[in-house]
Formats: sequence, C-alpha cells, structure tokens
Amino acid sequence: MSGILASMIDGLLIGSVYGLAAMGLSLIWGVMDVINLTHGAMIALGMFGMYLLFGASAANPYLLLIPVIAAGLVLGMIVYWLSVSWVIDRPQLMSLLSTFAVNMMVIGIGTAIWSTSPYNVNFSLPGITVGAYTFTGNHIAAAISAVVIALLLELFLYRTRAGKAIRAVADNRDAAELMGISSTQVLMVAFAIGIALAAASGALVSTLFPFTILSGASYQLKSFVVTVLAGLGKPFGALVAGVLLGLLEGAVSPFIAVSWIPLIEFGLFVVVLILFPRGIFGRATA
Amino acid sequence: MKRTSLIAFLLSLFFVAGGFAQTITLGFTVSRTGSLNVDSLEQYRGFELWRDTVNAAGGIKAGGKSYKVQFASYDDESNSKRVQQLYTRMILEDKADFLFSPYSSSLTATASIVTEQYEKIMLTTGAAEEKTYKLGNQHLYQMFAPATQYLTVALDALKAKDPKATVAFVYEDASFSVAVVTPAKAYAQQLGFNVVFTEAYAPNTTDFSAIIDKVIASKATVLLGGGHYADGSTLARQLYGHKVPLKMISLLVAPDSPQWAELGDAAVGVIVPSQWEPQSTFKAQYGPSGADFGKAYTAKYNAPPSYESAGGYASGLVLQHAIEQAGGIDTDKVAGALNSTDITTFYGRTKFSTVASEHGLQVGHAIVLAQWQKDKAGKLVKQVIWPLAGKSADLVYPIH
Repeated sequence: MSGILASMIDGLLIGSVYGLAAMGLSLIWGVMDVINLTHGAMIALGMFGMYLLFGASAANPYLLLIPVIAAGLVLGMIVYWLSVSWVIDRPQLMSLLSTFAVNMMVIGIGTAIWSTSPYNVNFSLPGITVGAYTFTGNHIAAAISAVVIALLLELFLYRTRAGKAIRAVADNRDAAELMGISSTQVLMVAFAIGIALAAASGALVSTLFPFTILSGASYQLKSFVVTVLAGLGKPFGALVAGVLLGLLEGAVSPFIAVSWIPLIEFGLFVVVLILFPRGIFGRATA
Repeated sequence: MKRTSLIAFLLSLFFVAGGFAQTITLGFTVSRTGSLNVDSLEQYRGFELWRDTVNAAGGIKAGGKSYKVQFASYDDESNSKRVQQLYTRMILEDKADFLFSPYSSSLTATASIVTEQYEKIMLTTGAAEEKTYKLGNQHLYQMFAPATQYLTVALDALKAKDPKATVAFVYEDASFSVAVVTPAKAYAQQLGFNVVFTEAYAPNTTDFSAIIDKVIASKATVLLGGGHYADGSTLARQLYGHKVPLKMISLLVAPDSPQWAELGDAAVGVIVPSQWEPQSTFKAQYGPSGADFGKAYTAKYNAPPSYESAGGYASGLVLQHAIEQAGGIDTDKVAGALNSTDITTFYGRTKFSTVASEHGLQVGHAIVLAQWQKDKAGKLVKQVIWPLAGKSADLVYPIH
C-alpha cells in the first residue's frame, strides 16, 4: 500500500468524525439561523462525559455513546431555554453573543474542575494491518459510529413526524405554525439534537486522542469549514463534507508539513465562500 | 545585677528571635495546569523536598545566621504571558530574594527577561536550551546540561549498535526541541547516518496519523525527537497503535516521568536522554547521596523521582551552597559564589560558565541515556544504558 493511500484512508476515518461534529452546527444554523458558539464547549463536554462514564463503568465506549447523547439532549434543552429562546427572533448578533457567553461559562467551570491538563480514555481495539500500515480499531469504530449516528439522524428527519416538523420549521416557520406545528418546541428539539451530536462527536474523539477542556475549539473551527462546504441545514451533507475534508487532509499531508494543513483548510473555506456561497450541496437554508 | 541580667536575657531573646525570623523568599512559578503540568509538578516536588529538608535542619546557615526557606509560588498555566506577570509580581510584591525558573526552556526564556531586568539571581532547571544563556544575562545559572547534548548522546549509542540505521526526526515545534534537534541532525549526518525524514509538529498536536504515515513511507528504522510529556506520550501511543516497525525510539523529556509506565506496551523500549537517573552513582561532596534523596522522595510522594525532581532538589542545594559560601544573601556575593561553584552533588557535577558570551551556561553536567525495559517479572523499569561505563543494563535494540 502506498503512503498516500494510507494517509487518505486515515483522513477518511477522521473526516467522518469531523462530519459528525459539523452536523450539529449545521442543523442548528440551518433550522434556527443561530450560529451556535457553544459548539466547541459541547464537544469538550462530550469528551469528558465519555471519560467519566468510561472511568466509572469500564463499559465499551461505543455503548456509552447512548448516555452521552441522552445527556447532550437534556443539556441542549437547558442551554436553549437559558440562552437561545430569549434571542431567537432578534438580530443574529444577539444569539452569537448569548451562545458565546455560555461557551465561556462552560470553559471556565470546566477549567476549574478538570484544569487544562490532558486526559485520555484508555481503550483500544485491535486494528487492521495492510502492508506496513495499520489502521487502529478505535479510528475504524469511531468512523462507523459517526456514519451510523448520521444515518439515524437522516432517518429521523425524513421518516418521523417530529423530523418532518423540524424540516418544515426550517423551510418556513410561519407556514409551519399555520399548519399547527409548535415552532417553539421544534426549535428546542432541533437545538438539543445539535448539542447531542456535538457531544457524541466529542465522545468519539476522546477514544482517539488526548483532550483538555479547550480541545473543542479546534473541532468547532473545522465544523465551520465543513458546514460552509456542505451548505446550511444539510446535516448529512455535513457528514459527506467532513469526509471530504478528511480526505483532503490525507491527500495533501504526504507532500507538506502537517502544520500547514490548517492554512489549506481555511483557504478552502474562503474559496468555497466565494465560488459556492450556498455550499457544494445546495441552498442557503433548508 | 538583677537588672543587668534581665536586660542581657531580653537582648539575647531578641537576637535569638531575630535569628529565627530570618527567612529567604524563593519565587518561582509551577505549571500546575496546562500541557507542562506533569514535568513541572515533578520539578516542584524537588524544590519542595529540598525546602522541607533544609528547614527541618534549622535552615541555611550562613554568616552566623540561619535562614528558613519560604516559597512564593503561583500556577503559570503553562503560559508565557502568566510567567511574565508572575515573575514581576514575585520580585516587586513578594520581595523574592532569589528565583527558580519555571519548567521548560520557553517559559524560562520569558522569566529571564524579567529577572535580569531586576538583577535578580535565577537558577534555571528544566530549561536546557542554550540560547537564553548567550544573550548577555549576568544573573542566570543553568542546572541542566545544555540541549545540544540530548540527542547527540543517543546518536553515539546508535552508532555503536547500528551504524547503518536510517533516522527520522519528529519533534515539537518549540524552542527547546528545535534547539535539541538542529545540532543533532547535523551530528547524525556527520556520523554518516542517512536522515530520511524530518518534520516538526505544533505543540498542541494530538493526531500524529499523517506524520506516522510519512515515517513509515520514509522507511526510517530509528525515530528521534518528541518534545514534552503531552505530545511525547501521545506520539509513543500512536506509534505503537500503528505498529510502526522502528528499531529504536528516543524521545525528549516525556519518558523520564514515572507516569510513562502507564502507557503499558507502548512504553517498552523507548529511550530518554536524562539529566539524572536514580541508578546514577555520583559521590556527593555536598548534600545527600542519590540513594538518600531517592528514599526521601519516594517516602514523601509515593513515586520514584524523575530527573526534573532531581534537578529541582539540586537547584536548591546549589543555591544553599552558594549562600553558605557568600556568608549571606547579598545578591552580588551569592552571584560571585555561584560563578566559582564547582561541586558534585547526588545529581552530578555542577559548574557554570563565566565566559561573558555564555555566562551561566552549564559546563559541568552531562547527559545519560535511559531506556524503558521489562524486568524478569515483566514490570516496566527504566535502565541506564549509556554511557557504557555507568550502564545498569544493555541497550535493547531492536525494540521488538
């Protein structure tokens, strides 16, 4: 196997986790027109949620995703009522500031509890070796988990009444309300799902790399790139765009120093904004 | 007569009380949080054990007085901005008489700007990069052997074992690691090694997959580099997880920590250039023996000392020795005593350069190499493998 192919497979595996992280941001942005700046903090809480649950139970981390997602849903509802519901119809800057404030609070409390020292979830699955290259079991399992969660979300949005209500509110909130849909509840559910997705991606990242309470910030930045690449309100598109971003990282890293990759990613961010302002998968709003 | 006796008694009480009241304030920051916390905490424990030992013995005795040691210490969060603020605070508000450095070359470089500005003596430990000592500083004294020695020693050991090895350098893009790797790479080429891959990574890197793929593609048989604990331990875990077929791995700093054993099989075979190891057998002219230091440290912290801990304790010893030689805590006199210091403690020889262009640079101390090996019971232990004259075990090569 060539080094480039191995690097692209590694990129594909981690890219699916980027995609999952971006799905939550994309959903909230698309449905509510809110840029959720708590996203990175919620990813970090997902990491620590997994760390605490794994430490307490030593259960399989991929089973522990279920309580992490459940806790993410509850936390999402709380954050929605505390910081978003009051500013939902006001200028976008208000929700930006409001979610940023929650982000700072979570980071502050998290730093007080866990400091900024690195933590690990000490769990490893056997990998697959092809020639000189080994793909770790944790990366493969994280990628599969991310795709499964994304498919479940897609099924929820397109096959359930609640999911259809979310899409209806995203398309036209006034019309949806005229059809008897409570937009307040729908917005809360959409926000909670977005937070749960962020927490789930953080939980998966914690099985791959060491993390601190500040680690969510880099995934939040990647989520912005992926969301812009996919187009707003396209959660499954975000997964695909995340995989594409990972593949891009994998394809270029054999030729340049890894520390240059963020420059390429944010260059792509600017290029896509200029050439495809609605993202490569479609329209500006869902 | 009674009155005279009473006055004499009260006066003597005053002087005795005055003697007890003499304290020396030592200022330093500790990275209690952030990426440097593991190594920094171990350095702090060395300071702390020395202070407790000195104070239990009645303090530092110099010029007919006894000085108890007290610390003014803060968490720098592994952040150079905090270091700048806190060293100023310790000098101006806490009135620190002397300073110890924070942990790491980059934080020390920041601290030294402040201490030099106020003409305060700072003994640096955990700060091996030479550059800081070549800027004309007059009050800075380095306890660690300079950075250039770290990997050149590993290359000497490799040359003796496998002169045809192909070498990859993968290292943290930070001042210390760059200062180590730049001369080591030149030295590797001088020794005739084929350097097939070199890449620096950002200090907060957690995903080494792309770099590891490049190391495999380069067909390197030996990897040298690393940086500090957080990145070094992650790199070692991921090298093991990706089953990279390396015959030798030598990483900076991280594998010296007793915590390294928590990596399990990923820890096996990894080599660390070390400032000191518990097996070192220096005959101490001053202070405790290595065995006594190790025993006291393990009793207090329930863990074996690392070289950061030993460096911390030795910094205290060297300052204590200089204060005793100076007969007090006057900065100029203590600086003079440090300039003429040439002593061997349990930590090894300590001598500072007095050449104007590199004042305070460590010229007496030398690096040893240690390797994590499994003992007969399968337990992970660190063995000294270089220099050969002082080895406690043979180098395991190749690792697997």
